[in-house]
Amino acid sequence: MTRPPISRGFRGRRPDGHTDRLPPGQYVTSGFPVLSAGPTPHTDLESWSFSIYDRDIALVEWSWFEFEALPQTSVKVDIHCVTKWSKLDTHWQGVTVDTLLDAAGLSRPTTPFTMIHSDGDYITNIPVEDLIGGRAMVATRYEGEPLAPEHGGPARLLVPRLYFWKSAKWVRRLQFITKDKPGFWEELGYHMYGDPWREQRYAGD
Amino acid sequence: MPETKASTSTHERLIWRVAEVAKIVDETPRVKSLVLDVPGWPGHRPGQHVDVRLTAEDGYQAQRSYSVASEPENTRLMLTVELIEEGEVSPYLTSDVRPGDKFELRGPIGGYFVWTVAIGGPLFLVAGGSGIAPLMSMLRYRAAVKSTIPALLLYSSRTFEDIIYREELDQMAARDGLTVVYTLTRRQPSGWSGGARRIDRSMLASVSPSVTARPRIFICGPTSLVESTAESLLELGYERNFIKTERFGPTGA
Repeated sequence: MTRPPISRGFRGRRPDGHTDRLPPGQYVTSGFPVLSAGPTPHTDLESWSFSIYDRDIALVEWSWFEFEALPQTSVKVDIHCVTKWSKLDTHWQGVTVDTLLDAAGLSRPTTPFTMIHSDGDYITNIPVEDLIGGRAMVATRYEGEPLAPEHGGPARLLVPRLYFWKSAKWVRRLQFITKDKPGFWEELGYHMYGDPWREQRYAGD
Repeated sequence: MPETKASTSTHERLIWRVAEVAKIVDETPRVKSLVLDVPGWPGHRPGQHVDVRLTAEDGYQAQRSYSVASEPENTRLMLTVELIEEGEVSPYLTSDVRPGDKFELRGPIGGYFVWTVAIGGPLFLVAGGSGIAPLMSMLRYRAAVKSTIPALLLYSSRTFEDIIYREELDQMAARDGLTVVYTLTRRQPSGWSGGARRIDRSMLASVSPSVTARPRIFICGPTSLVESTAESLLELGYERNFIKTERFGPTGA
């Protein structure tokens, strides 16, 4: 590989202290940028529901009030957006996917892959492995407050080990699927898996 | 679902290419455009962006995303960069870079916030500040292919001096079916006939193409502008699936 050209005089603002927490090509932001492909959906809580499907069969559906009654978990995690920003030590509260599967009476996932469905027809694909074992939740609180609509409220998926587009905003359904297939951004050239530590931003990375 | 979703199972791997700065254009006191030669560039569609990677002498690297402002028909690639004082990459790109300098770039990225004549019109663009860049690619492309699809740009800037590409926009608007409406939110020159406030629902209602014309709408700018504009357009009856958004904020630093 040829060496990249040097930008003379470029020093950059290097992160101090937590470089081991920053995946390649990322920088730390203190803000919380909003990135969405279209208008923000506003689903009122009365009509909101979250469901789990095994392929095309609905296994369980919770209303907002039923969902809120499920055991809650709080986490502190670092999040990494494919557009390069990372945000450290973010606090979330919600229901872990493990808890959801338990509540649905699923002793184990039915397939190795999932498609996550959101309001606004957004979908993203995630292997089951990355959703269980405490690795993911459906989050309804951010920094102690109800999740704002532009950040995915009332509820978004939170899968901090993958690039943040996998943490689907306005999430409504987890669907087990037999074979992995691309979601919305994956179809448009983003990576099928999206591991920030391997810098899997785009197809082929 | 998006009506223009590409059926793409065969994405080429996006490799880093070396871009050489051919020309630097002072757009406004805070904004510069870098005109680049990128050997091997595979081409882009209007609205797409690229990743830029700078390498310091000791090997430290920083990456940022920038929209392509030039039309695909242009052999050179234009990136328009706004200075964000506390940023890491934009201060370098807007003040230190000289013609002949090189850095890495890869793309094109993003296939959703894209307009081509095949998508049809009318085309309705709403920009805030440097959010004009990907929309400019669409307008330059529309002019380059001599499209007669009616187009409207509603463009919000702080002051007259902050309007990016103003002369070129005015020239394009004088030629064909493009209407450009400016609004200035902080200060207006004397005799100013354009808008004099932030984009709001009543401004949108008075300038927008009719709902029945089913315009293809692209909104790019700071989050607050994008959120409120998209919300207002939904209230005015425009179709959700025809409204595409891209946010420019401090994240572009």
